[in-house]
Amino acid sequence: MSIGKYEDLSDIQIDVLREVGNIGSGNATTALSSMVGKMIDIQVPSVKVLGFNEAIDEVGGAEKIIAGILIRINGDVDGMIMFLFEQNLISLIVQTFFGSAPQDILSLNEAEMSALNEMGNIMAGSYVNAISQLAGMTIDVEPPMMTIDMLGAIMSVPAIEMGEMGDQLLFIDNNMVIDNTSIQSKMLLLPTIDSLDHLLGKLGVA
Amino acid sequence: MGVKHIIGISDWKVGRGDDVLVTYALGSCIGTCLYDRTTGIAGLSHIMLPDSTAIIDGHTTRMKFADTALPDMLDRMKAMGASPMAIKAKIAGGAVMFQTANSRFNIGERNIEAVKAALMKLRIPIIAEDVGLNYGRTMTFWAENGAVEISSTVMGKKMI
Repeated sequence: MSIGKYEDLSDIQIDVLREVGNIGSGNATTALSSMVGKMIDIQVPSVKVLGFNEAIDEVGGAEKIIAGILIRINGDVDGMIMFLFEQNLISLIVQTFFGSAPQDILSLNEAEMSALNEMGNIMAGSYVNAISQLAGMTIDVEPPMMTIDMLGAIMSVPAIEMGEMGDQLLFIDNNMVIDNTSIQSKMLLLPTIDSLDHLLGKLGVA
Repeated sequence: MGVKHIIGISDWKVGRGDDVLVTYALGSCIGTCLYDRTTGIAGLSHIMLPDSTAIIDGHTTRMKFADTALPDMLDRMKAMGASPMAIKAKIAGGAVMFQTANSRFNIGERNIEAVKAALMKLRIPIIAEDVGLNYGRTMTFWAENGAVEISSTVMGKKMI
């Protein structure tokens, strides 16, 4: 059966996507953890199909200031990976690379920005490698792009690109936890509706 | 007391008197304020995409596209008693949030062009704009006097 809309997904398909998120984000978190030398856990991922406004509320609210790192993926899965990093994770990463934490998220210099970008790159690569191996797929990762701005403005990018054919977004959402404190930083996998069919087919639940 | 209307993504709302209309965190989307100073009737639309004709899925909302949202909102304002000849527009948004060499993804620019084309077709002049560049904007619009405030993380607040 072909999926015409995100809301057509069955419970089994949702479970499989959750497992995809679990494996991908587990690998990405291991990469992050070894870079910053801290124990980082991920909470059990959730698969969300939401309207645009609900999706933005769900990940933190329209006017929240956050770092967004966007990585387009294509090949057997088309879409994007979006990392949403909050102040405390940014501080941790910047401190690891440069020895001192930034004053605030809006005052990062170019070197600090590019360190975060590279972290996103490494994590996206790990995420995608895990999914590729899982289903014998080839997925290419484009260079990461980063901005620090209002969450709503950042999320307008996937909303526009994924939302062209409907009024909802599907994303697999992972919260990261560092040293037992939830840091509310997120990894989102947003597959296009066309590639979702393909992915589910490869995983045997189309 | 006026009402504070929150306009989400692919939505529009109208107000009058001392109502305030707000749309948060426009990225590549466009906020369009239409205002009739003679009657104080105001409308704010938040579109995501330029053109509804490319979309085959009949389920999607007309409020999402420049070419359908703006005529619909104007019709509602006319039904409330607004005078079409008196209506003027202020627009904001259309940013490129993530710089890329690939112009396929420059939807912000296409949205700006589409909103301008739709307003021209409706014979509504644009009297102020804050569009393009690479940052998000929140737009606040007072029906009392047609004032529009743009706030952003990089530029702070300004009136247009």
